[in-house]
Amino acid sequence: MSKEQVIGWSKHELAARVALDLEDGWFVNLGIGIPTLVADYIPEGREIILHSENGLLGLGPKPAPGEEDPDLVNAGKEPITLKPGGSFFSQADSFAMIRGGHLDATILGAFQVSQLGDLASWKLPNSPLGRVGGAMDLTAGSKRVFLCMQHTTKTGEAKIVEECTYPLTTPRCVDRIYTDLAVIDVTEEGLVLKELAPGVTFEYVQERTAAPLKNQLQTIGAIQ
Amino acid sequence: MIQKKFEGAEHAVSDMEDGSTLLVGGFGGSGLPSQLVAALVKQGAKNLTVVSNNIGAVSDGVAALISNNQVKKIICSFPVGPHADDLIDRLQKGTIELEIVPQGTLAERIRAGGAGVPAFYTPTAVNTELGAGKETRVFDGRQFVLEQAIVGDYAFIKGQKADRWGNIVYYKTQRNFNPVMATAAKVTIAEVNEIVEAGELDPENIVTPSIFVHRLVQVQPLDKGEVLVNE
Repeated sequence: MSKEQVIGWSKHELAARVALDLEDGWFVNLGIGIPTLVADYIPEGREIILHSENGLLGLGPKPAPGEEDPDLVNAGKEPITLKPGGSFFSQADSFAMIRGGHLDATILGAFQVSQLGDLASWKLPNSPLGRVGGAMDLTAGSKRVFLCMQHTTKTGEAKIVEECTYPLTTPRCVDRIYTDLAVIDVTEEGLVLKELAPGVTFEYVQERTAAPLKNQLQTIGAIQ
Repeated sequence: MIQKKFEGAEHAVSDMEDGSTLLVGGFGGSGLPSQLVAALVKQGAKNLTVVSNNIGAVSDGVAALISNNQVKKIICSFPVGPHADDLIDRLQKGTIELEIVPQGTLAERIRAGGAGVPAFYTPTAVNTELGAGKETRVFDGRQFVLEQAIVGDYAFIKGQKADRWGNIVYYKTQRNFNPVMATAAKVTIAEVNEIVEAGELDPENIVTPSIFVHRLVQVQPLDKGEVLVNE
């Protein structure tokens, strides 16, 4: 990343910003990478029940060093803890929750997202391998799909585009995009910029977005 | 008297034939029946079709069967990890076939197989590369793809504790694919840390009922705190 791009939210600030929009009582699945950090920033006074695709509800914070249990892990296979009230279940039950529309939100990363909300997140073009995991089920089944990602690739290319060129995870599934620069809603009328990270302008975001943005700036946390 | 216990993993897998379809439980290293896999590496059955969520997350899982050239086809959701090099090598050589399946579809195909349902419609993978070429149908205005059940000749599963009948309880996220795979094979072999007398497990807590389990192998549990994930 070039020096001029080091503005906007850090990964942790971005995770904290996403967490602001999670409502008390929601069941939420967090994907691998930056979304995992969201767990550390749930606002005081809200109970959010985190789901892990490998068969757990009530995911808690990372264990203290030396307290790791190889049979208590998240979707990224990292050691985690279980909150009081948490439960274990099989993969079939876990994906019944996912596919059956029981999750209030899923938060995940992306390679590309289109102005229609098409998501590409599981495979690079022409790669023999893809890492689909639960991404297709989560994005086809959750009530809300939130992306949490860097606004551009490491080489500065736009990830928010008119049409995805990478293999799709699920078409027309994304509701909101949180990046290090802005919060953008995917609507029937196209992409709508709702919020900017500190020090970032609308023009700066538009220059780094390969699809037209509508400007509807709002105060942080006021988005409905 | 019902006695499903085998003395040692090598005896439990000794009759496995070339060309078998094998379901292997686990999510990375957690809930992986690694001693059954190790016994099958020694036993040497070839041309296996292996169904398992992760390939290459740990060295003692399905990756070991691939490295030993025992696998002709892999069905999985996540063929990526520090031990996936041999899979990539054999894909490039064309000696192994890979079918990538969305994780929930994988679980449900196995569940359907165990439940006697030959196929089902799911919203997952509609209008994507993984749904391409599959039959689709619209229900209530939404499109779904038809997915077919998976059944195995064998399933390797990992549990915490079994009783003599083959009832099984699990430990934390070790459960993952194990209960569903247990239902979907002609011969389900469970690797457990402890085998107790029938009646010693609380019937309210049994996750996998004995009808789904055919063979039991008791193994030494890993030392507490030994983390195999992402080794």
